[in-house]
Amino acid sequence: MSEASDAPVLQAAGLRKEFGKLVAVDDVSFDLPPGRSLAIVGESGSGKTTIARMIVGLERPTGGTITACGHDRSRPARSTRDRRRRGREVQIVFQDPYTSLDPRQTAEATIDEVLRLHHGWRADGRQARTAELIDLVGLDTRQARALPRSLSGGQRQRVAIARALAAQPAILILDESVAALDVSIQAQVLNLLADIRDETHVSYILISHDLAVVRQLTDEAIVLHRGKVVERGRTARVLDHPEHPYTQRLRASVPRPGWKPRRRRQPGAGEENGVS
Amino acid sequence: MSDPATVSALQSAAPAAGAPLLDIAGLTVLLEVHGEKRAVLRDVSLTVRPGEAVGLVGESGSGKSMTARAIDRLLPRGAEVHGSIRFGGSDVNRLAGADLRRYRNQVAMIFQDPRAHTNPVRRIGDFMTEALQANLAVSAAEARRRAIDMLTQVGIDDGARRLRQYPHQMSGGMLQRVMIAAALLTKPRLLLADEPTTALDVTTQAEVMAILDGLRREFGLAMLFITHDLDLAAAICDRTAVMYAGQIVEIRASALLHDDPLHPYTAALAAARPDIAQTAPRLRAIPGRPLSAFEAPPQECAFAPRCPYATDACRADVPGLAELDGGLSRCVRAHELRGRLGGAPDE
Amino acid sequence: MSTGVPAADIDAPRFRALTSVRATGAAGVVSAIVVVAATFVAVFGPLLAPYDPELPNLDLAWIGPTGGHLLGFDVQGRDVLSRLLVGAQTSMLGPLVVVIISMITGVLLAIVAAWRRGAADAVISSGLDILFAFPGILLAVLATAVFGAGLPAAAIALSLAYMPYVARVLRGAAFRERSQPYVAALEVQGASATSICLRHLIPNTLPLIVAQATILFGYAMIDLAAISFLGLGVQPPRPDWGVMISENQTGIVQGYPLPALAPGLCIVAVVVAVNVLGERLFEQAQAARG
Repeated sequence: MSEASDAPVLQAAGLRKEFGKLVAVDDVSFDLPPGRSLAIVGESGSGKTTIARMIVGLERPTGGTITACGHDRSRPARSTRDRRRRGREVQIVFQDPYTSLDPRQTAEATIDEVLRLHHGWRADGRQARTAELIDLVGLDTRQARALPRSLSGGQRQRVAIARALAAQPAILILDESVAALDVSIQAQVLNLLADIRDETHVSYILISHDLAVVRQLTDEAIVLHRGKVVERGRTARVLDHPEHPYTQRLRASVPRPGWKPRRRRQPGAGEENGVS
Repeated sequence: MSDPATVSALQSAAPAAGAPLLDIAGLTVLLEVHGEKRAVLRDVSLTVRPGEAVGLVGESGSGKSMTARAIDRLLPRGAEVHGSIRFGGSDVNRLAGADLRRYRNQVAMIFQDPRAHTNPVRRIGDFMTEALQANLAVSAAEARRRAIDMLTQVGIDDGARRLRQYPHQMSGGMLQRVMIAAALLTKPRLLLADEPTTALDVTTQAEVMAILDGLRREFGLAMLFITHDLDLAAAICDRTAVMYAGQIVEIRASALLHDDPLHPYTAALAAARPDIAQTAPRLRAIPGRPLSAFEAPPQECAFAPRCPYATDACRADVPGLAELDGGLSRCVRAHELRGRLGGAPDE
Repeated sequence: MSTGVPAADIDAPRFRALTSVRATGAAGVVSAIVVVAATFVAVFGPLLAPYDPELPNLDLAWIGPTGGHLLGFDVQGRDVLSRLLVGAQTSMLGPLVVVIISMITGVLLAIVAAWRRGAADAVISSGLDILFAFPGILLAVLATAVFGAGLPAAAIALSLAYMPYVARVLRGAAFRERSQPYVAALEVQGASATSICLRHLIPNTLPLIVAQATILFGYAMIDLAAISFLGLGVQPPRPDWGVMISENQTGIVQGYPLPALAPGLCIVAVVVAVNVLGERLFEQAQAARG
């Protein structure tokens, strides 16, 4: 792990989540140093999305603790004021650009609503800040006044990012936020995220199954398999020299120039491990 | 406009010659949207030879899925089709009745979302043996036997038990393998795979791709593999076609596509992808966004507004597909840009 | 995946007012006129009525249209037109009250069930299931027994009968909206449940709410007329379209259909007009959603 001198801005210790008999997250711990970016890598069923939801309070941990900006958030917020404060600490951008915006709200209105929630500014102050945020995410005024249905997937994600940033969070969770975008648009948004990080010093937690995106955007990574952390370290090390068999398998499965898919088992040799 | 006859002649003149199994020539499709006719495919020409795997790569609006649907006669009502699609010599759009059913047995489609294409209240066994029994007059027992055998081929061992299950009892990856098995049962000559692994985990994807590739070669099937992932197509296809704004902009041997592309869009697409082996200071994103066919300017190269190499010649007329080094490119500057497109960036 | 629309086509949201003829079509315009006329009459009926709607004069019973009496006289010799105009009040007001009460309570229950999910939803759904078992007419009879015959009792009874339908229909839509990521995003922002429900859940289920309200108005009008026809709602001699049909039904077989048909036609006209208008409102609400 890194040797940051400041206290971690987010700390998870012994996180556990059970859904009935299913253990979705099993003893997961990690730290996020300020200004750094952490990747939580895994496939479906790994528990990565559940962890993200627990951090932002959409899911309640069965066990373990989460601390963000020095405040404990292992239990649900007790008051609306508390929830709003937590909203100023950690924000999230979801995967699907088509359902993460209210279809009846323009980008401007969406951002304005969040500004009203967190800051007691007057209308002109909010308007100015909205314009700043729109600009920060690379949209123009025309797009800002449009309804989501007139915007492309990439543009909608930019609005979602602007909305998250309106709360001025210290930590931004990107839950597969570029997975649903075209390759060329994905590159634009990844560049945008890097620029935003440089400008605002926000810390990222990137939830992703896409190892190339993880490499591009993060410094540290933890690899999840069936709810447990199987590997952790600097992203470059984890991807270049994976130690755990699952990480190795993950790495070997990524298409790249010259890659050829290989069967793990021959037909008749026994069934693939998997949910059945 | 390129001459479809030349295009197909060029494509079949390459190694492993033989009459093409699938021959698309000058395919243009218009759909009615909000009362006006919009082009979704423009002058698409492509051939697939028997036993050959061809990749079809593109982003949103490129027309890749629409091409697959046109081949399988699944276009929406009211679609206007120009140009021709020939399969084994017959014009696909003129087939009807028994001929059409026979065609559909010979061209098997594998869709992106297996759950959307299976009836949730029917068992896997019914679904798999349906076509065999109905169209090929195979007995129920024989059909079951073949189904179990094919399931083993795709890595699902207790086939008898699986046949009795319902789709919701299987994971996405397993269901997709079932779809592949079902597609292969009717012994098709051509597989149309429309983003078959996009909804799967990457490890499952690798496994499913390996199965698809292995079985395809074993049965000597031709395949048109549609995806947005350039490297994925290159992994199991001999040749890859790249589409943009409803047109084919490049067709190239897969091995050469990454290092020696013939069209700036292909190069830009490959360059925009982050590299798993290193962190780039900044990704080389293509400015703007992918266009659909109906948004493309009518009298110039569709990619020109976003292309770093565009010149006035590019904006003068829609470029045609021209031959270059065994491949095809729709870039008028392809010759002079040769060697500069792959790998390192620059003007 | 959609590519969205190129910059040139991006529009700011526009509200196509119901007054736009092109948007509503000929049927819409006619329906609007009918509804406006009916509302006007409901408000000003007593002032417009040329004759006393309640004073009987048996010598004039069943006389057809003559002189200043455009629709003739009814079974008790009262001017039919005057009774129609005054009767519009209860005939329109009753359904309106029913719709308002059942929609408000139904929407509230649906939203609460959808927002809180789990146990709260189970309890609410079970409660509604029980209410479903009671037909409207039965509830009206019960209400009459408790409160005495009259419009208020009938209206309350009918509201109770309709509420579970509203709640059931809206619960599904509310659940869907509540499960959307944009709602989760607002929760993470710290927005209060009330503000999310009022500002986002309800507006996004508006098409369904509008459709439901208009359908209910039609049913309420007919059900209330039936209740009054049975003698449990508006009591004679008060004019009410349902009461008028009941009172004058003997005239149909005797060869004097007009006094019974006239109110019947009024009911039909208003119900159809409200339904057509409701459809237009539904479409506009859908369009605003995109």
